Amino acid sequence: MKTFLSFIRKEFWHVLRDTRSLVILLGLPVAMMILFGFALSSEVKNSNVAILDYSKDETTRLLIERLDQSQYFSVKKHLQSEADIERVFRKGEARLVVIFPAHFRADLLHSNYVQVRLIGDASDPNTSNIVINYASSIFRDYQNELTENKKLPYSIETETRMLYNPQLKSSYNFVPGVMTLILMLLGAMMTSVSIVKEKETGTMEILLVSPMRPLLVVLSKAVPYLVLCFIDVIIILILAVFLLDMPIRGSLFLLLAESLLFILTTLSLGLLVSALVDSQQTAMFLSLVGFLMPALVFSGFMFPIENMPLPLQIISNFIPTKWYYSIVRAIMVKGLGFSYVIKQTLILVAMTVVYLTIAIRKFKIRLA
Amino acid sequence: MSTVRVENIKKTYDKGTVIALEEVSFEVKSGELFGLIGPDGAGKTSLFRILTTLLLPDSGHAEVAGLDVVKDLWQIRRIVGYMPGKFSLYQDLSIEENLNFFATVFNTTVQKNFHLIEEIYVQIEPFKKRLAGKLSGGMKQKLALCCALIHEPKVLFLDEPTTGVDPVSRKEFWDMLDRLKARGITIIVSTPYMDEASRCDRIALLQKGKILELDSLEKIIARHPQNLYAVDADNAYQLMKDLRLTPEIESTFAFGEEQHVTLQSLLDGEQFLHQYLSNLGHTGLKIRKITPNIEDIFIKLMLENQ
Amino acid sequence: MADSVIYTNQLTRKFGDFVAVNAISFEVKRGEIFGFLGANGAGKTTAMRILCGLLTPTSGEARVAGFDVYRQNEEIKKHIGYMSQKFSLYENLTVRENIQFFGGIYGLSRQELKNKTEVLIERLGLHDEADKLVGSLPLGWKQKISFSVAILHRPKIVFLDEPTGGVDPITRRQFWDMIYEAAHDGITVFVTTHYMDEAEYCDRVSIMVDGAIAALDTPAGLKHQFKAANMDEVFLQLARGAKRSDA
Repeated sequence: MKTFLSFIRKEFWHVLRDTRSLVILLGLPVAMMILFGFALSSEVKNSNVAILDYSKDETTRLLIERLDQSQYFSVKKHLQSEADIERVFRKGEARLVVIFPAHFRADLLHSNYVQVRLIGDASDPNTSNIVINYASSIFRDYQNELTENKKLPYSIETETRMLYNPQLKSSYNFVPGVMTLILMLLGAMMTSVSIVKEKETGTMEILLVSPMRPLLVVLSKAVPYLVLCFIDVIIILILAVFLLDMPIRGSLFLLLAESLLFILTTLSLGLLVSALVDSQQTAMFLSLVGFLMPALVFSGFMFPIENMPLPLQIISNFIPTKWYYSIVRAIMVKGLGFSYVIKQTLILVAMTVVYLTIAIRKFKIRLA
Repeated sequence: MSTVRVENIKKTYDKGTVIALEEVSFEVKSGELFGLIGPDGAGKTSLFRILTTLLLPDSGHAEVAGLDVVKDLWQIRRIVGYMPGKFSLYQDLSIEENLNFFATVFNTTVQKNFHLIEEIYVQIEPFKKRLAGKLSGGMKQKLALCCALIHEPKVLFLDEPTTGVDPVSRKEFWDMLDRLKARGITIIVSTPYMDEASRCDRIALLQKGKILELDSLEKIIARHPQNLYAVDADNAYQLMKDLRLTPEIESTFAFGEEQHVTLQSLLDGEQFLHQYLSNLGHTGLKIRKITPNIEDIFIKLMLENQ
Repeated sequence: MADSVIYTNQLTRKFGDFVAVNAISFEVKRGEIFGFLGANGAGKTTAMRILCGLLTPTSGEARVAGFDVYRQNEEIKKHIGYMSQKFSLYENLTVRENIQFFGGIYGLSRQELKNKTEVLIERLGLHDEADKLVGSLPLGWKQKISFSVAILHRPKIVFLDEPTGGVDPITRRQFWDMIYEAAHDGITVFVTTHYMDEAEYCDRVSIMVDGAIAALDTPAGLKHQFKAANMDEVFLQLARGAKRSDA
């Protein structure tokens, strides 16, 4: 045990003296969170809206007021004709134009059906998708109020000139995503690279010609990364709560415990890689292409898995990030308890055991 | 009493296409300083790696201190010290940290075996806080030797410890090995420098995976009498060219400022060479008969084995 | 100075407080084989880097192939060849590809390159190996190819950094035959080595101790001066007195 501890101490020296890697290890999550955070909060808040109101009645005035009062929009211009629409877009004076048809209130009250047209500036498709989605929800809220009060099925249809974007994400989705990616990247890549480095520099050769079990050598290398990954989780959570105002609805303890489990999964993946390859370059490449890419594609964070063709959906089940992502979302966003994530947890445990077993069996006690 | 016994060891790479060692056999006696001498690619490193349990031989049998290199790997790893050809310590750890680390790897402490390394360590001690990556070549080599010695190994394997090291540091290094040998440690060392043969008790000349010769330096030299002359003249470049032109001369190779010329065995070389070279207009001729040195013999054996 | 290919005067390079190269002055003539010896850490590598145009000196003068090391280092690089034991050729390219690649770097024309490649392969007797990967060849061959490549563009001077380390005794001598030939053709050879017998093959030898040139003469002159039987003894006498020892 004393030997093991001195090993771990040595690994910490390695990590702490490599300032450049340390900056990446601790800086990357911060950079990603701030980047994602600001990209979302500043872009969409207070978007300029132009109004073309052919009706100019009580209801349209109310709706315009609600748009203006919401944190997402500020009504900047009232247009006179449809010819003005292109001009405001060209000048960049508005991201969104809302068109109320004539007799809006009368149609709504008599035929219970009315249409609002939302026109977005599609040169920036992501932002305008988000903007349109917010606007639609404001109209939907109003419609729900009417329905509740009058017990009548009023319907305000929003017709948009762009395809509805199913990938539209709110900030709640990317925090679990960032956590998943960071842990995958650092856990699997940094561990495997640091072990393979011992092979490359030849120190593994000396360690092998010693009574020290090579597996112990390798396990001790994983310890500092376990600690660092855990620190990263905490950094991300702190930034999420205090910078992005994202609450952790479920149990913090459960979230940390599940994160620890996922870190173990990524570390055992890293060990597996290091057992299979001999150069730092290969380890890095394998980690990026073999883990980070699938993590990005199949976690459900960038692209919804439900929309994928069946073979890809099946493949996604074998990617650990998908399960961790779903666990984090369940706990953080939905506030669910352990009983709802048992399945995902068990899958991660099983994956970790499998990776570790293969890594240990593949681990060479000789050079070749 | 032999500490290392190698019997018909064969090692190939890339599915048998590259032969590293061809049926090599030899023994190293307990307490001996044994040299494996040969150029790059002779198979020295492969042999070391097999003996230190890092590689499996294709066939054959080898023992270190009576332990089988294939079956008893964990016992062997406890009793051997190994210094690989490439500097293999942690560049980002200091001298002190490296040494302490390797002591714990072998379940011992620096204090316990300090007597073994003291003599070498005091030379690098003033720099003990310096990172290994920032040390000069000679200091790295001394630190590596300390690390290989820290667990009081029975057998020490040193793979090309003096390659790329200047002559002064090389001499110092061999002096250190002499002192370790005096403590009873069996040492096997490989080197591409032929002149270091004289520092070993016995040597094996290795070339392309085969042992060309194996014995003490004196005995090897005695076994290979040659009609050999050292020749020097004012125009060294022309001398070299002219010596290659006549069939009476079997071979000629530059050795420092002289050419070492091997003649057909019956010829009286001094007379022949004097006449031959004077006729070609050489001046300042100095010709003397010499006994071959290890490099002459290595060259002769290489030519015979081609 | 008219015929000198390398000229240095009080050339100095400091790294912080550490004086790696301390006011060295020497000249190397055209076609000379100049041995540059010294213990590890004596300052050889630093001096060589300055002369190759890779490092700017702190003070002093130096001209290589007629070009100033402060201002014309790009010109210097065009007129020198360089070969070291560590980096020589691309292991995963064939012999032919390596020759063509390095020839191309020095701006040989396509036709020139083609001719020279074939001539070189012929001269090295590498017909059967021309399309083999360099990595599969023995070290001695690699070094011979590497040297040929370094002088392919007919540089005024070629720098060889421990070119024969680990090479077998026969190939080592064949390598020196090539050096002689190059020198005979007027290429100046600047070589470092740890084999003291090779120091004897040089026309003149300098020995660096603690950043300064402690001795510079023909091998015979040095042996006479230090009353030594061979260069090994000369070297030991000088390097043993080194203060900036390797510890």
